[in-house]
Amino acid sequence: METRIIDRKLDVLRDKLLLLGGTTEKAVYLAMRSLVERDSDLARKVIEDDKIINAMELEIDQMSVEILALQQPAAHDLRFVISVAKITPILERIADHAANIAEASLIINNEPEVMPNVELPRMAEIAGEMLQRALDAFTSEDAKVSKEVIKRDKAIDKAYNKVFDKLTKLMIDNPSVTNGAAHLLFVAKHLERIGDYVKDICEMNVYLIEAAFIKHKSKV
Amino acid sequence: MGDKISIKNLNFYYGKNQALYDISMKIPEREVMAFVGPSGCGKSTFLRVFNRMNDTIPYARVEGEVKIDGKNIYKTKTDVVALRRKVGMVFQKSNPFPKSIFENVAYGIRINKMHSGKKDLADRVEKALRDAALWDEVSDRLNTSAFGLSGGQQQRLCIARALAVQPEVILMDEPASALDPIATQKIEELVVELKKKYTIVIVTHNMQQAARISDKTAFFMLGKLIEVNPTEKMFTNPDDELTEDYITGRFG
Ligand SMILES: Nc1ncnc2c1ncn2[C@@H]1O[C@H](COP(=O)(O)OP(=O)(O)OP(=O)(O)O)[C@@H](O)[C@H]1O
Ligand SMILES: [Mg+2]
Repeated sequence: METRIIDRKLDVLRDKLLLLGGTTEKAVYLAMRSLVERDSDLARKVIEDDKIINAMELEIDQMSVEILALQQPAAHDLRFVISVAKITPILERIADHAANIAEASLIINNEPEVMPNVELPRMAEIAGEMLQRALDAFTSEDAKVSKEVIKRDKAIDKAYNKVFDKLTKLMIDNPSVTNGAAHLLFVAKHLERIGDYVKDICEMNVYLIEAAFIKHKSKV
Repeated sequence: MGDKISIKNLNFYYGKNQALYDISMKIPEREVMAFVGPSGCGKSTFLRVFNRMNDTIPYARVEGEVKIDGKNIYKTKTDVVALRRKVGMVFQKSNPFPKSIFENVAYGIRINKMHSGKKDLADRVEKALRDAALWDEVSDRLNTSAFGLSGGQQQRLCIARALAVQPEVILMDEPASALDPIATQKIEELVVELKKKYTIVIVTHNMQQAARISDKTAFFMLGKLIEVNPTEKMFTNPDDELTEDYITGRFG
């Protein structure tokens, strides 16, 4: 069977999405590193590079619309374009959170160190791993993994609650770290939101694979 | 809504050649059912089964059951003329008679003696032309030749001709395949409008057209019914891989 015109377009679209996914993953990782290593130059770079991600989003949007209009995809092809079009802004928002973490890091890096006392890197690790698995599951169209990742979000929520307790306690015990701790709390919230967004990506994976909308359904 | 047509274990033969294999399906009342599938898969043959148009082919043979309103139309007692009035047909190539616009529509009313006088005949012609969304375009030239109409208008004239004898089912075999996008859109709008009153079965090679106007779609291949499903399901998540391959252009 020869390749259809649409196959070439879908391949390009997939590549663009995966590039966006990889770049987003890296942004989250580097934002956290700027925090852990108190590296403000790195934080500034993450903030600056968010522009690239925004441009990628626009490019994918345009291409999705073009494929819908000109190729008129059906069945799996249609679900693929819809999934890409819906996952793209989710990735862009994750990248926004990475930039926000970097901004927090610029402030925190000028404050007394609070960081070693909390499990933020662990949270970031779970979020990063979830994102990576979600993107892999998109590529390999693995509904099982996608559903596992959705369940994994609970671990982040749990970690968030722990971090929250710890940081509020720190603020009470040691008022001199209040500003830094408050911004760390923002970071924790950003990571928690990233977990939610990864969950949304996985829901789109399931739509792509099983043609079922599982969003807003409590049981997976 | 109930089923208008119900087909059970239908086999169809042209002489020794089998064209349809063990087809069972139901066609709901006042819905649009689209038949799609590769050329030669038997769509037109199947369509002609519903008003026994295949009877005109001496070596054709039908097995199985086709019920319309619960009555098997292949029973010997069936009044085939009445059946064809009830189940009208519109073809790919518009085929008006070499007569005036008025006479084209009046023809079926006259031979079926459905009118009670000249005025009633004129009223029925007008109604059919209105229902076919053609009246406004032809009301001032009813007595001119039907061949003076554009292809799209001729096709709507044929629909008016079918409507004039008050059918319940309308069969359409690629009714818009020779029309430009605007004329096609008019036919499509008309189909959607007509389903309020009629059961419509339409054969089309245009997948987007099937997607736009039908409630259910049936996919055929090599004389077999592969899948029938609500159109929205068929075009987003078909059950059968063959259907997926066909509607996404994976084979030809
Ligand atoms: N009058 C006939 N005599 C013998 N064989 C016929 C006749 N009409 C159709 N056939 C055969 O029956 C099969 C089904 O034909 P049919 O015209 O129903 O297909 P179709 O799906 O309508 O194709 P298309 O999309 O090209 O119109 C084909 O193999 C065709 O050659
Ligand atoms: Mg045909």
